[in-house]
Amino acid sequence: MATNEEKKSGKIFNWLDERYDFSGLIEFAKKKSVPKFRETIWYYFGGIALLLFVVQVISGILLLMYYKGTEDLAFESVHFISTKVSFGWLIRSVHSWSANLMVLSVFIHMFSVYFLKGFRKPRELTWYTGIGLLAISMAFGFSGYLLPWNELAFFATKVGTDIVGEVPLIGEPILILLRGGEDVTGATLSRFFGFHVAIFPGIFVILLTLHLLMIQRQGIAEPEDYKKLPEDEKKTIPFFPNFAMRELLIWLIVINILAILAVFFPWELGTKADPFSSAPVGIKPEWYFLFMFQVFKFLPGEILLLPGEFVGILLFGIGILLWAIVPVWDRKTTKGEKNTLLTYFGIFVILFIIVFTILGFILD
Amino acid sequence: MTENHSEHTSQSNKSKRRDFLNILLGGGFIAWLGALFFPVFKYLDPPKVEEVKVSNVKIGAVEDMEKDSGKIIKFGNKPVIVIRKPTGEYIAFGGVCTHLDCIVQYRKDYGQIYCACHNGRYDLNGRVASGPPPAPLTKFGVTIKDDEVIVFQEAT
Repeated sequence: MATNEEKKSGKIFNWLDERYDFSGLIEFAKKKSVPKFRETIWYYFGGIALLLFVVQVISGILLLMYYKGTEDLAFESVHFISTKVSFGWLIRSVHSWSANLMVLSVFIHMFSVYFLKGFRKPRELTWYTGIGLLAISMAFGFSGYLLPWNELAFFATKVGTDIVGEVPLIGEPILILLRGGEDVTGATLSRFFGFHVAIFPGIFVILLTLHLLMIQRQGIAEPEDYKKLPEDEKKTIPFFPNFAMRELLIWLIVINILAILAVFFPWELGTKADPFSSAPVGIKPEWYFLFMFQVFKFLPGEILLLPGEFVGILLFGIGILLWAIVPVWDRKTTKGEKNTLLTYFGIFVILFIIVFTILGFILD
Repeated sequence: MTENHSEHTSQSNKSKRRDFLNILLGGGFIAWLGALFFPVFKYLDPPKVEEVKVSNVKIGAVEDMEKDSGKIIKFGNKPVIVIRKPTGEYIAFGGVCTHLDCIVQYRKDYGQIYCACHNGRYDLNGRVASGPPPAPLTKFGVTIKDDEVIVFQEAT
């Protein structure tokens, strides 16, 4: 016995189905499944990053209603948002915290894909688009950090862009392009504002769409150990509704964590940037740049006749490149063999990042 | 035979013609892209701002600054650090750290010039004392005229 309402929704469904083949979509969704094993937990982090990106877009658009991206007004407008606008402090705090949690989940997502070898054939392009998404996430963080135009951000931007300027040949033109001149000035702020609210979101959405389309097309990656199991021992979770419901529950938890952080640890504004004041003692960048920052502190002025920071950039460049092109040099996993070098490299990278991040926090 | 041969040449002529057209079109497309992107790249390269030529800056009376202290002054659009030594003598250096572009400060406790970004230190002659800076700070001259402290750019 169908009620009136059910009849009506059935009609709407039929209308849409006739035109857009909804049944086909539902059939596709029914077949989607996620492998169930010890490491299934890591499969949720891509989704968490996606949720936090949506939070970023919404809170970012809200901030745009009051933010003014000029040297004279940027700091004042963020101060206005934080002190005068109803719930302005909350929106700003959510935006900052969500940014940090997003970068964190993107990192966790990347490391889990690395260790579970989800990047191997035929999913190389999914990995590369993921690397692109990570790079833009960090660029989002770096450019957004400057927008309140406070002292810490000012010097972080000086150092960050100066490092780019050290790259031979292309460094100097890129530095000028980023800063909008030789020095970090109001011109830099205008450019970073443009990158942050227009260029990066555009590129990010394109990469994200490709990333998600490829996953839909190929299905989720299965790790080697799981693949080798006999068919009847392969446990799966249907994507709809089981996995999706769990993901929703995790999203709810993440939103709660975000709310707690944003309310109880509101983001500080600091003091307004002054291009003619000394860098304050104890200055530090955002935590996800801290390990690099700390390494630059330890490097001496000269290594083997080369400037220390140049050697640092070179080593980081090689390391990051090796990491990004792992589908190229990992031949073993594709053949179904164990690649212990890959695992040790990954563990080394994680330990390196953790150790230098901690040193960055505790050392002056 | 001859017919075959002529067909072959006409075909190779055709493919030559096609190659030529492809090169023309491809080259035209690249030139078109260049014409499209050239203004964009040029647009992104900021125009040179006329730098205010400053040869010296008056920073106040001799007793304005405490002994054993330092401050950042504007020298045109560049920061310069002026330090009054414990002895009362004035010295000045370019205020930008040679490492990664931060602005330095005078640290009483070290008796040195210090950069907070990466712990670089310079002695009071501007030379690197410790830390990552690769080069010394640029020296500026200081003179005192009618009880007024004047910082000036030394001839290089």
